Amino acid sequence: MSDDRCEVTVTVNGEERSLAVECRRTLAEVLREDLGLTGTHLGCEHGVCGACTVAVDGAAARSCLMLAVQADGCEIETVESLGTEEKLHPIQQAMWDEHGFQCAFCAPGFLMTVYCLLRENPAPTPEEIREELSGNLCRCTGYASILTGVQAALSRGAAADA
Amino acid sequence: MKIPRFTYHRPATEEEALAMLTEFGEDAKVLAGGQSLIPLMALRLSRPAHLIDIGGLRELAAIRERSGTVSVGAAVRHVEVERSALVARAAPLAAAAMPHIGHGAIRNRGTACGSLAHADPAAELPAVALAAGASFVVRRASGERTVPASEFFLGYLTCDMGPDELLVEWRLPTWPVTAGWSVQEVSRRHGDFALLGMAAMIDTDPVGRISTAALSLFGAASTPIRVDAAEKLLTGEPPSAALFDEAAEIVKGQLDPPGDLHGTAAYRKHLGAVLTRRCLSEAAGRLGAAA
Repeated sequence: MSDDRCEVTVTVNGEERSLAVECRRTLAEVLREDLGLTGTHLGCEHGVCGACTVAVDGAAARSCLMLAVQADGCEIETVESLGTEEKLHPIQQAMWDEHGFQCAFCAPGFLMTVYCLLRENPAPTPEEIREELSGNLCRCTGYASILTGVQAALSRGAAADA
Repeated sequence: MKIPRFTYHRPATEEEALAMLTEFGEDAKVLAGGQSLIPLMALRLSRPAHLIDIGGLRELAAIRERSGTVSVGAAVRHVEVERSALVARAAPLAAAAMPHIGHGAIRNRGTACGSLAHADPAAELPAVALAAGASFVVRRASGERTVPASEFFLGYLTCDMGPDELLVEWRLPTWPVTAGWSVQEVSRRHGDFALLGMAAMIDTDPVGRISTAALSLFGAASTPIRVDAAEKLLTGEPPSAALFDEAAEIVKGQLDPPGDLHGTAAYRKHLGAVLTRRCLSEAAGRLGAAA
C-alpha cells in the first residue's frame, strides 16, 4: 500500500464491502460518501461531539477519528442497522415516544452510544448512563429528555435487542 | 475537514515498523489508536508524509507482569487497561486514572502508550507515570533504551524520543501492597481535559509514618510535575487532615498554572489545594487496600 489509495474490506450492517479509498479518508467519510450511509452525522470532525459514533466490532467508536483503512477487517454497525421507518428499534421508539430529541442532528451518535452501552451492560444505572453519554453533545434539549428516553428504552427491555 | 495526504504503511512486525521509522524518520508518524493524532491531522496541525500503523501488531498488544513490573505494550488500548485485573491489582494508580480518560468511545480505540508518547501535559497518564515511578522502553532499529518517567516528558507535546524511535512498552513498578493511591481532577465536562488534576501515592512505614509520597499534577505546566516540597513535608509524618491541609497550601503556593477562558490561574491554584486534600485523604483511606 505505498500509493495513497488503500484497499479496505469491512462488513457494514451485515454486508461485506470491499473498496479502494484514499487512505486519508475517515471511516465516517467512507460510510457517508462511498457507501451512501448518510445516517452517520459529522459534527465537529475532531472527536468532541460524538455525532459520528458507530459500533466497531461491537464497541462504540468515533468514525471521524478512525481512518477507514484502520477499520479493515472490522464489523461496522451504523444507525441504519437499528430500525426502519416502519419498525423503529426499541431504543428509537422510546426516544420518539419521550420526545428525546429536537433537531436530532446528534441522534445517530446518541442512539449508537446507547446501543453499544446496552449491549455491554444491559442494566446500567442512571449514573452509568450519564457517564457514557457524556461524550455526546446535544445543543437542543439540555439532555434531560434524552436520559428519560434511555430510561424508557431500558424499562421496555430494549437491552434484549442491543 | 480533510486530512492531508499521506502514504499509509501497515507493517506486519515490530521489526518492519522500526525499519520504516529508520527510513522515513521525521516524515513519519506512528499511528496506534489515532485518538490524538487523527484530530491533529484533521486540524492540519500535523501533516506527516507517512503513517506507520502499529495498531494491529499483536506482539505489542499485551499487558504482562514480569520481574516486579507491569508492562503495557504499545498497541494496548485504554479499554483493555481499564478492564485488566492485573492492572487493578498491580498498578491501581493507573487503573484509577482510566475512567477519567476521554469518553468510552475514545477509550475503545485510543492506546495508553499513544497517549503517553503524545505527552499532552493535561492528560492523566503522563502524571500517573511520573507519580508511579514508571519507565518507558523506547526502541529503534539499532537498539533500545529505557527512560524513566522523570526524564521522559520534556515539554508541551514533547517527549524524549527521536523520530526513528518507537515507544514499545510502558513499565509500571508493581504496586507496593501497603501504599494508597488516588487520581482526582476537575474538568468542565466528564471526560474533557482537566482544568487541573492530580495523581498521588503515599506509603507508610511499619509505625504508620508516611515513608513515600508522590504528588503529580497534570494541566499545571507544560509537562506533568511533581511537587517536591509538599512530598518532603509529608514524609516522616503520620497521615492526618491537618498535615494534608499544610501540604495543600504548599502545592497552591508552588503552582504557576496557565490561565485561559476555562479557568484563571488563581482558580487553578485554588484547585491545586483542593485536589491535594482530596487525593491525600482518598489515598490515606486506601493504605493497604491493594493487599
